Amino acid sequence: MSVLGTTLRSFLLKELAAGMVSTFRMMFQPKVTLNYPYEKGPLSHRFRGEHALRRYPNGEERCIACKLCEATCPAEAITIEAEQRDDGSRRTTRYDIDMTKCIYCGLCEEACPVDAIVEGPNYEFATETREELMYDKGKLLANGDRWESLLARRLELDAPYR
Amino acid sequence: MAYFFYQTLVGQILLMLLETLAVLVPLLIGVAYLTLMERKVMAAMQRRRGPNVNGAFGLLQAFADAIKMIVKETVIPAGANRVLFLFAPFLTFSLAMAAWAVIPTGNGLAVANINVGILYLLAMSSLGVYGMLIAGWASNSRYAFLGGLRSAAQMVSYEVSIGLVIVSVLLAVGSLNLNDIVLAQRHIWFCVPMFPMFIVFFISALAETNRAPFDLPEGESELVAGFFVEYSSLAFGLFFLGEYANMILMSSMVSILFLGGWLPPLGIAPLTWIPGPLWLIFKILFCLFVFIWVRATFPRYRYDQLMRLGWKVFLPFSLLWMIGTAGFLMATGLLPHMGGVNS
Repeated sequence: MSVLGTTLRSFLLKELAAGMVSTFRMMFQPKVTLNYPYEKGPLSHRFRGEHALRRYPNGEERCIACKLCEATCPAEAITIEAEQRDDGSRRTTRYDIDMTKCIYCGLCEEACPVDAIVEGPNYEFATETREELMYDKGKLLANGDRWESLLARRLELDAPYR
Repeated sequence: MAYFFYQTLVGQILLMLLETLAVLVPLLIGVAYLTLMERKVMAAMQRRRGPNVNGAFGLLQAFADAIKMIVKETVIPAGANRVLFLFAPFLTFSLAMAAWAVIPTGNGLAVANINVGILYLLAMSSLGVYGMLIAGWASNSRYAFLGGLRSAAQMVSYEVSIGLVIVSVLLAVGSLNLNDIVLAQRHIWFCVPMFPMFIVFFISALAETNRAPFDLPEGESELVAGFFVEYSSLAFGLFFLGEYANMILMSSMVSILFLGGWLPPLGIAPLTWIPGPLWLIFKILFCLFVFIWVRATFPRYRYDQLMRLGWKVFLPFSLLWMIGTAGFLMATGLLPHMGGVNS
């Protein structure tokens, strides 16, 4: 390309015009973003979101206080205290997860021999205070009750790969 | 009633106040909605949705932003010169508003239809540099100071080519009155015979208002901000309003100098039914759309490229064009008499 040609082309703003035509055309293309609070993207059944403690169908909590999750947690976010219950079974008296420490690696879920602690599909649990993110056993069990149908479905989908 | 408004002192002052309000209130609402328009158009060009939660189509977003801006805390840096620090945004804002006094929205329909209207506009936009320099200096921060210097250098550079472009328009009009400039375009808008100058003026207007791709003073992806880095709350809001009011002002200057102001594109029946002010508003909206369109399209200039474009491309080009225009008008005997085409 000769010097004259390049100068002429830059003076005629050819490339700039082409760019502007391109952006103008984009205005009439369908939007690529989701209208978030009303539309949500698909989630994998392996998505690791907010934690939940599950129960057996008869209402008995699954957790047997083996503390494997506490031991495996790389962020040391889980704190468990256990005691023997009146009927002789071993149960937790305290099961806390510090959600501000948790890195959502899913190792607690992997370690659990009874599928008690799981990470659910919920990712909308932002809070206004830090204290609200210190989950205790009651909160985790409530999560389990709230999401149980989805949690069971996810475990079932993932079962062939375990 | 007419006697009260035109003959008594109180009436005249009241009339002036009403006229000023009639210009400023739509202008401020326009500024508020320009921010929304910018976000919406940019979003559309980037295939996003833009604000759509506050009110239908996000129409209340402008007010939400304004309220947010007002209720924030005004932080004045410890070492700042308080008086100048607070004066700078006020100056920028009031200059952007004051320039509107001479913009004609119809035949003779301006707050002040003065004979040196275009010089008044140039003076007002040149004074805008002081707002930036004062803000940069009074912040007592090296970043704000450097930002102020850069913005001032940028605005001054592009004012030169804007001035030369205006001179070539004035040569063809023969008057400094904005009303006459518009009326001179009854037969053909100046954007047709002076198309290259139209482009030069438009690009210079982008640089003059610190808009993308010349938004180095703000440069949000590399700096926090330029000269207004220390500002917050309403003081920042005034700069913001001033910048957007300047955008509208520059768009109206483009409309008046090159797009025939309030004149319809053709002097035929269905187009002349639409009143003049509406035509001006359409043209301003079109220019603003192009401002935003350019912002959504081009990456930012580097500082030396910006200076090169201003001094080594636009200045010689507009100078040559001005001389060419003068020569052409002399040679063909089309040079208008001093005193305006409509005299």
